[in-house]
Amino acid sequence: MVEFWTAALGLTLLLYILLDGFDLGVGILFGFVRDAKHKKQMLNSIAPVWDGNETWLILTASILFGAFPVVYALLLSAFYLPMILMLGALIFRGVAFEFREKSVTKKWLWDAGFTTGSIVATFVQGAAVGAMVVGIPNAAGRYSGTPLGWLTPFSILCGIGLCLGYALLGATWLVKKTEGDLRDAAYRQIVKLLIGVIAFVVIAFFFSLAMELPVMTRWIERPGLVVFPVLGVFGCFLIFRGCSNKFDALPFIGAVTLFISAFATLAASFYPYIIPFSITLNDAAAPRSSLSFLFWGAGIFVFPLTLIYTMVVYWLFKGKAVEEEGYD
Amino acid sequence: MEITALFLSRLQFAFTVSFHIIFPAFTVGLAAWLTVLNAMYLVTERHIYRRLSDFWLKIFAIAFGLGVVTGIVMAFQFGTNWSELSMRTGPIQGPLLGYESFTAFALEASFFGVMMFGRNRVPAWVYLFACAMVTLGTSLSSFWIMVNNSWMQWPVGYEIDANGIFIATDWSAIIFSPVVWVRFPHMILAAYVTTSFCIAATGAWYLIDKRLQAEGISMMRMGLGLAAILVPIQIFFGHLTGEYVHDKQPAKFAAIEGRWENEQPASEVVIAWPDEATESNSYAITIPYLGSLIGSMSFTSEEVGLKSFPKDLRPPVVIPFFAFRIMVGCGLIMLALAWYGSWIIYKRRLSGQRLLLWAVFFSFPLGFIATLTGWFTAEVGRQPWTVYGLLRTEHAVTPSLTVGQVAISFALFAVIYSIISVAGVIYVYRLLRIGPAEATESIGDGANFKRPLAMTGGSPGTPPSPAE
Ligand code: HDD
Ligand code: HEM
Ligand code: HEM
Repeated sequence: MVEFWTAALGLTLLLYILLDGFDLGVGILFGFVRDAKHKKQMLNSIAPVWDGNETWLILTASILFGAFPVVYALLLSAFYLPMILMLGALIFRGVAFEFREKSVTKKWLWDAGFTTGSIVATFVQGAAVGAMVVGIPNAAGRYSGTPLGWLTPFSILCGIGLCLGYALLGATWLVKKTEGDLRDAAYRQIVKLLIGVIAFVVIAFFFSLAMELPVMTRWIERPGLVVFPVLGVFGCFLIFRGCSNKFDALPFIGAVTLFISAFATLAASFYPYIIPFSITLNDAAAPRSSLSFLFWGAGIFVFPLTLIYTMVVYWLFKGKAVEEEGYD
Repeated sequence: MEITALFLSRLQFAFTVSFHIIFPAFTVGLAAWLTVLNAMYLVTERHIYRRLSDFWLKIFAIAFGLGVVTGIVMAFQFGTNWSELSMRTGPIQGPLLGYESFTAFALEASFFGVMMFGRNRVPAWVYLFACAMVTLGTSLSSFWIMVNNSWMQWPVGYEIDANGIFIATDWSAIIFSPVVWVRFPHMILAAYVTTSFCIAATGAWYLIDKRLQAEGISMMRMGLGLAAILVPIQIFFGHLTGEYVHDKQPAKFAAIEGRWENEQPASEVVIAWPDEATESNSYAITIPYLGSLIGSMSFTSEEVGLKSFPKDLRPPVVIPFFAFRIMVGCGLIMLALAWYGSWIIYKRRLSGQRLLLWAVFFSFPLGFIATLTGWFTAEVGRQPWTVYGLLRTEHAVTPSLTVGQVAISFALFAVIYSIISVAGVIYVYRLLRIGPAEATESIGDGANFKRPLAMTGGSPGTPPSPAE
C-alpha cells in the first residue's frame, strides 16, 4: 500500500511538472512577445489542456492529504506565504485565458497577470524544492521554523532555475504546436534557454558542495544514481538534434527526458525520506484503512482511467494548434 | 475581538469559501442545463437549442474558470491554515477529498476542454458525452464535498488513536451517513434552483427589452418550470436537514430557533433580535406550540434551549438565526414566483405581465443568497467545533501561524478576488446583454473539420417560430 501510493505520488507529481511545466513555460515566454497574433497562437496552443494540466497539482495535493497527511500539513504550513503567493498567481493565470478575450480596454492587465502569474507560480515551486533540499525544521510533524524560513539563497537559485527549465519546456512545446515566425523564434529561444539551464545545474551543484548539503553525501553513498544525470545528457542531445534538423517534435521529447532525469535524481536521492532527511514515507503514511480505501477505488480504477482520458484529450487536440479554435 | 491568527484564519476561510460557493452554485446547474440543451438539439434538431447552448456555454466558461481558480485555493487552505485539523483528521478527510479530485476534478477539467474547443473536432454525440461528463464531474464533486463536510458536522465510523489522530473504522458508515443523504440533495437542488432562476431571469430581461422573444420565452418556461418542480422538493429536503440538526446538533438548533430556555410545549420565534449578552430575545414575535411541531412533530414535546449548554459550548446565535430566516424566506419567494409564473406561461398569458417579468428579472440573486445563508447557518452554527463534539476550532488552526502571515494572505485574497469579481461581473453582464446569436453562425471557410450538424435544424435567416 505505502509503495503503491509512493509510486502514485511520484507519477502524479512528475506528470504535473511535465504538463503544467510546459504551459507555465509558455506563460513565461508570453511576456517576451509583442505581436498580438503570436500571443493568440501561444494561448491557443495550450488553451484546451491547461486546466487539465493544473488538475494534476490538485491530484498531487490530494494524494498527499489522503495518503501522507502529516506531509500535507507540514509542507503547507511551512510554505504558508509562498503557497498563498502561488495560489494568487494561479488565479491570475487561470482567469487571464477567459478574460483577455472578453476585455476591451484591460487586455494589458490580463496579459501582465498571465505572465507574472506564470513566473511567480514557477518560482515558488522551484524555491520550495530548493528549501526541501536544504531541509525543513520540524518537531513531531509540526513546522518549527520561521515564516520566512524557506527563503535562502539556494532556494532563490532553484526558483530561477525552474523558471528557465519551464521556459525551455514551453519553447519546445511551441515548436511542436505552432508554425511560422513563432516557431522559428521558439527554436532560437530553445538554444539560449538550454544553455541557461545547464549553467544553473552547474552552479547549483557547486553550491551544494560548498554548503555541504546532506544530499551530496547521498550521491557519494549511492554511485548508481549517476544513470539519471546521464539520461539528462541524452535529453540535451535530443534537444540539439531536434533543433539542428528541425524535427518539430523532438526538442519537446528531449526536454521531457531532461525533466524526468532531474526529477528521478532528486526522488532517488531523497528515498526513503519524503521530507528529507527527517520524515520517511513509512512514518508519514496514513493508517492502513485510509490507504486501502483510497486504493480500491481511486487507486486501481479511477487513476488509470484518468490517465486514459487525459491521453484521449491530448489525442483529440493533437497536431498544430488551429487558429479558429481558440478563445473568442 | 482580539485579532489572532485563529480569528483571521476563520475570516479568511469564510471569505474564500463563500466566494467559491457562488460559482459551483451556478456551474453545477448550468452544466446540467447545457447537457439537456445539447440532448434536445440532437433529438429534435431544432436550432434554438443549439443557439441557447452556444450562448450559455460562454457564460459557463467564465463561471467555471472562476470556480476552478477559487476552488484550488480551498484545497490548499486545509493545509496552510488548518494544518492541525489536516494532520489529525487527514486519514479521513484526505481520502474523501482525494476521491473528489480523482472522480470529479480530473473528469471536469479534461472534458471541459472538449466542451469549449471541441465543437468542431468531435461528432455531436461525443460533444454531448463531454457535456454529460462535466455534469457528472460537478455532481460528484458536490457529493464528496458534502460527505466530507457532513462528517465534520456529524462524525461517524472513526476511532481516535493515542496521538489524537482520527482513524477510519467504517467507510461505508461515513459515506452512507444519513446526514449526507439529506444534505447532498439539499445542496444539489440548491444549485439547480439557483441556475433555474438565473436562466428565467435572463429570459425575463429579454422580454422586458422586447427582443429575442423566442429565446426569452423558452428560457422563462424552462427555468420557471423546472423551479416549480424543484423548489418544493428543496423545501422538503430543507425540512429533513432541519430534522438532523434537531437530533444531532441541539445547540445549533436552539441557536437557529433563537430559543434560550427549555420549553414544553415550545413556541416558535418567527422573528426577533437575539441578544447574547442578556441571553434573551428583544422584539420577539412568537407562535405558541409551533416550535414543538417543527422540532418533533408533536404539540407537547420539550425543546432544548441555549441556556442548557455551558457558554463555551454555544455557537454564536445572531448569524445562524438570521441566516436561516433569510434562506427560508428566499425559498418561499422562489416557490411563489415559480408556481405563479409557470401557471401564467402555461395559460399563455405572459404578454402584458410587466410586473411578473420584472419580479422574475430581479429574482436572479435569490438562489445565491439562499445558498450562502444556508452555509452560514450550517457552519457558524457548528461552532465552536470544527469536528462536531471532538475537535474545537481553536485546536484545528496551524500552530506556527502568525498574525502577520494571515494578514498578508487575507489582504492578498481580498485584492485579487475583488479584481476578478468586478471583471467577471462585467464580462458576464456584457454577454448576457448581447444575448444568444439571432441566427446560425457562419461556417468559417478553411476549417476543414467534420461539422456534421452545423447546418441541420433551423436554417439561418428563418425567424424562430414564436411557439417555441
Ligand atoms: C456544491 C458543491 C461544492 C462545494 C460545497 C465546494 N465545491 Fe469546490 N467545486 C465544485 C463544487 C463544490 C465544482 C462544481 O465541482 C467546481 C466549481 C466550478 C468548477 O470548475 O468545479 C469546484 C471547483 C473546485 C476546485 C478546482 C477543481 C478543478 O481544477 O477542476 C477545487 C480544488 C475545489 N473546488 C475544492 C473545494 C473545497 C476544498 C471546498 C470546501 C471547502 C469546496 N471546493 C467547496
Ligand atoms: C461552500 C460552502 C461553504 C460555506 C459558504 C462555508 C462557510 C463557512 C463559514 C462562514 C465559516 C466560518 C465559521 C466561523 O468561523 O464562525 C466556515 C468555517 C469552516 N468551514 Fe465551511 N463553508 C462551506 C463549505 C465547507 C466545506 C465543504 C468544508 C469541509 C469540507 C468546510 C470546512 C470548514 C472549516 C475547516 C472551517 C474553519 C474552521 C471553523 O471555523 O470551523 N466548509 N465555513
Ligand atoms: C424553505 C425551506 C428550507 C429549509 C427548512 C431549509 C433548512 C436548512 C437547514 C436546517 C440547514 C442547515 C443544515 C446544517 O446545519 O447542516 C440548511 C442548509 C442549507 N440550505 Fe436550506 N432550507 C430551506 C431552503 C433552502 C433553499 C431554497 C436553498 C437554496 C436554493 C437552500 C440552500 C441551503 C444550503 C446550500 C445549505 C448548506 C448546506 C447544508 O448544510 O446542507 N435551502 N437548510
